[in-house]
Amino acid sequence: MLIDWFTVIAQIINFLILVWLLKRYLYTPILKALDVREKKVASQLKDAEKAKSEAQNEKCEFQRKNDDFDKERKNLFAKVSGEAADEQKRLFNEARDEVESFRLKQLESLKSEYRNLNQEIALKTQQEIFAIAKKTLSDLANIKLEDSIAEIFIEQVSNLSGEEKNLLASAIKSSRQVRLQSVFELLPAQRAAIELAVEKKLAIETEFKFETVPELVSGIELIADGYKVSWNIADYISSLEKSVGGLIEKKTKNLTEE
Amino acid sequence: MRLSPDEIIFWQYGFIKLNATISITWVLMIVMGVGSKFITRRISCDMHVSRWQNLLEVVVISIKKQIEDVGLSQSERYMGFLGTLFLFLFTANICTILPFYEPPTSSLSTTAALAICVFVSVPFFGILKQGLCGYLQSYLRPTFIMLPFHVISEFTRTVALAVRLFGNMMSGVMIVAILLTITPFFFPIFMSLLGLLIGTVQAYIFSVLATVFIAAATRGGGE
Repeated sequence: MLIDWFTVIAQIINFLILVWLLKRYLYTPILKALDVREKKVASQLKDAEKAKSEAQNEKCEFQRKNDDFDKERKNLFAKVSGEAADEQKRLFNEARDEVESFRLKQLESLKSEYRNLNQEIALKTQQEIFAIAKKTLSDLANIKLEDSIAEIFIEQVSNLSGEEKNLLASAIKSSRQVRLQSVFELLPAQRAAIELAVEKKLAIETEFKFETVPELVSGIELIADGYKVSWNIADYISSLEKSVGGLIEKKTKNLTEE
Repeated sequence: MRLSPDEIIFWQYGFIKLNATISITWVLMIVMGVGSKFITRRISCDMHVSRWQNLLEVVVISIKKQIEDVGLSQSERYMGFLGTLFLFLFTANICTILPFYEPPTSSLSTTAALAICVFVSVPFFGILKQGLCGYLQSYLRPTFIMLPFHVISEFTRTVALAVRLFGNMMSGVMIVAILLTITPFFFPIFMSLLGLLIGTVQAYIFSVLATVFIAAATRGGGE
């Protein structure tokens, strides 16, 4: 007999015991460990997904902030550029105004110098011409220049037109005094001649006050209440003055342009 | 000539006896039980596990997957029975490589015992899944005329299971034993390798057939 029934029963019991043993020590712990690990992996995957999502959000946030920053930077740069351009323009205008003001001031100073120099030259020229004329007349014709000037002035008074005569007469009447200014000291004879010529022409008697004024260069002036009758050599040297003045003006212009 | 390890009796008291089949089975039970206990003693739930734990996990997952592939959805419920069936048969058959080893599966008593376990487990799991009435109704499908055929089928397939495994394992052992006496060493080695292959295949076939029978019973459609 190939089948031993006791062995069959024993093997059934053995097999059932083995089922219990393996279930207790093999399947249950292994499946439990697998479940735990699966849950852990799932949790880690979930965490990783969450972290990924957060990282994505962070990235988006960072990108947004970066864009905002770029935009703000561009705006600020544009604003600062505009302000810098305005400031540059303002400083440039200010500098230009200052230069212009300085230039005008310098020009004014030059003009003032020119005028002073011109006056000085004119005065000097008059004095020199007066001295030369005086010396020449004295040496060549034995004539005193002062006498000639007095004679010419007397002649000028004598030749006053009717209107001029009336104006001078009324001026003398109102002031009751006549001031007679000359560059040189008039001799008594010359004074008397002039007084006589005035009284004769105007037919009035008045008081004469004689003054010596060096600035007149070479001439005589009769002043009464703002009215003036004069003669001097300034008219003769006006062309010279114009010529010299034109030369100086040209030089000044060149300097200004430089 | 000895056809079964049942014939090697170490101790006997009347009907009760301790033969090689039972003794070897106990040794295998101790090795499997203690081995499992030893490996799962420090079981790790982390990502890094020991090599032995990894091996056991692969075995358990493979068995689980095989059960699910056959069609049993709640594989954990059948894992204890079907998994143990395969592991016991596989271990018993694979150990034929050891010298002086007699596989308990070459005993018709062992294969019959396992076949009886399958014979009982099929209605047990069937009733557990679909109730007594539901399971009994499966014998009347498609018509009541099929009832005797279903009953005959239950018995014949149990006998077929037992005899198929016994025949294959016993013949393998017998062939090696015979060839050892008449041929040089190399040919029995090849036959031993063939025996290992046959033993593995038979363990797989036995387990898969048991799974198929249980799956058929739990679905209510019969075999």
